[in-house]
Amino acid sequence: MEVSININGTAETHDVEPRLLLVHFIREKAGLRGTHWGCDTSNCGTCVVWLDGKPVKSCTVFAAMADGHEVRTVEGLDQGGQLDPVQEGFMECHGLQCGFCTPGMLMTARALLDANPDPTDPEIREAISGQLCRCTGYENIVRSVRWAAEKEAGGPVTESETPVEAKA
Amino acid sequence: MQVPAPFTYERATSVEHAIELLGQLGPEARVVAGGHSLIPMMKLRLARPDALVDINDLGAELAQIRVDGDALVIGALARHADVLASAVVGEHFPIFHDAERVIADPVVRNFGTVGGSLCQADPAEDLAAVFAALDAVAVLRGAAGVREVRVRELHVGPYETVLAPDELMLELRVPIRPGGGSAYEKVERRVGDYPVAAAGAAVWLDGDTVRDVGIGLTAVGAEHFTAPAAEEALRGQPATEESFQAAARLAAEHCNPSADQRGPVDYKRHLAAELTTRALRRAAARARGQEA
Ligand SMILES: Cc1cc2nc3c(=O)[nH]c(=O)nc-3n(C[C@H](O)[C@H](O)[C@H](O)COP(=O)(O)OP(=O)(O)OC[C@H]3O[C@@H](n4cnc5c(N)ncnc54)[C@H](O)[C@@H]3O)c2cc1C
Repeated sequence: MEVSININGTAETHDVEPRLLLVHFIREKAGLRGTHWGCDTSNCGTCVVWLDGKPVKSCTVFAAMADGHEVRTVEGLDQGGQLDPVQEGFMECHGLQCGFCTPGMLMTARALLDANPDPTDPEIREAISGQLCRCTGYENIVRSVRWAAEKEAGGPVTESETPVEAKA
Repeated sequence: MQVPAPFTYERATSVEHAIELLGQLGPEARVVAGGHSLIPMMKLRLARPDALVDINDLGAELAQIRVDGDALVIGALARHADVLASAVVGEHFPIFHDAERVIADPVVRNFGTVGGSLCQADPAEDLAAVFAALDAVAVLRGAAGVREVRVRELHVGPYETVLAPDELMLELRVPIRPGGGSAYEKVERRVGDYPVAAAGAAVWLDGDTVRDVGIGLTAVGAEHFTAPAAEEALRGQPATEESFQAAARLAAEHCNPSADQRGPVDYKRHLAAELTTRALRRAAARARGQEA
């Protein structure tokens, strides 16, 4: 069947089987490899993209279900080459090591800050609670998101030279 | 890569259209709502529908949350996140917010639906216990017309409901009665997991007497997700810790948990009693206006 999905503002129209998952449509048909494909069981969250403005796990949605709808992936975060503050935050605060979970984390973080520009640390942890990171222990991801929130609020940002402060 | 078996895909443009499609496509066709239970089962080929009828475009008809007369109405296509965000739901039945906060994770809650949860009939589904405690009614529609079924009579076994193959769940109606309070208590191994055990309670008080009570249990093999013996024993009793514990013991005795990776039978039975007590305690406190 022909499926047409607006991904990051560009119409992607491809002839696919109805059983093709959205994550594979994005990666294999649209060629956008920023979205990762992980556990395939909707547990790890690395495949999170926005569907009509809301984060969803794209390994658990058929591409056909997104036909005629809007998807935003990690490639759609920057604006004309200017990184989104959440992307900057992950760089500044060492919010990733291997980077496998990062695309999903970034998409969820962006949605969180759009809905709640000044989240508490527990709110950040709750927002990413359906996503797994095996490198950072989440600490630096939380700091990265807070960095982005502070930058967007025009306030002080966490110093970049103290990214992985060990907890006593 | 987990690849489901092939199927044809149809998208419904109205409730009538969905029912018509289900009728045309036959008993091997399935509705897909959020897909967050069905797609994992299709990937494992535990489900192999010939055709899917996608109802996600029917939000205007099927995703409303509103008060209608003396009932709270929740559309079958309401997402978990919609229920959690709804002030009117929290005002009448805080049990929903207790439960929705611990169902799956925030991203899954953006897409999984209330109707999908109930129709999936997973023996560990949280909302089955919530709607059973509240004695809600499911409104179903098929080619033969509309009918209402108590949620307590909806599930006939694990992964099995009374819905005919061409029937669609439209909405859930929860009766609103004065003097009530409700609460949900769940133990899970980690965020986003189904419960080891969970209990929901709704209590209506006349002064310090339990006028009426509903108890829902999930993941512990309680028939229809209910505890009728415990409810019966508690009706007309003083709303005290002692009577809550006595009722909870009955609830635990009458359930039938099985051992699995989430825990052994005696632990689950212990949880059934403890969580029922806690849910009754909080529901009563809320009925008295002592707790939000
Ligand atoms: C990672 C993860 C964690 C989860 N954790 C929990 C948890 O902790 N507790 C819990 O209770 N649940 C949990 N779930 C399940 C989740 O709540 C359900 O997947 C979801 O709500 C089911 O709804 P759906 O819209 O996705 O249903 P679907 O998968 O679309 O459908 C499920 C079934 O219902 C049928 N159906 C759906 N809508 C209708 C309708 N309107 N009329 C007739 N039939 C219909 C379908 O044909 C199918 O048979 C979890 C799921 C995932 C993926």
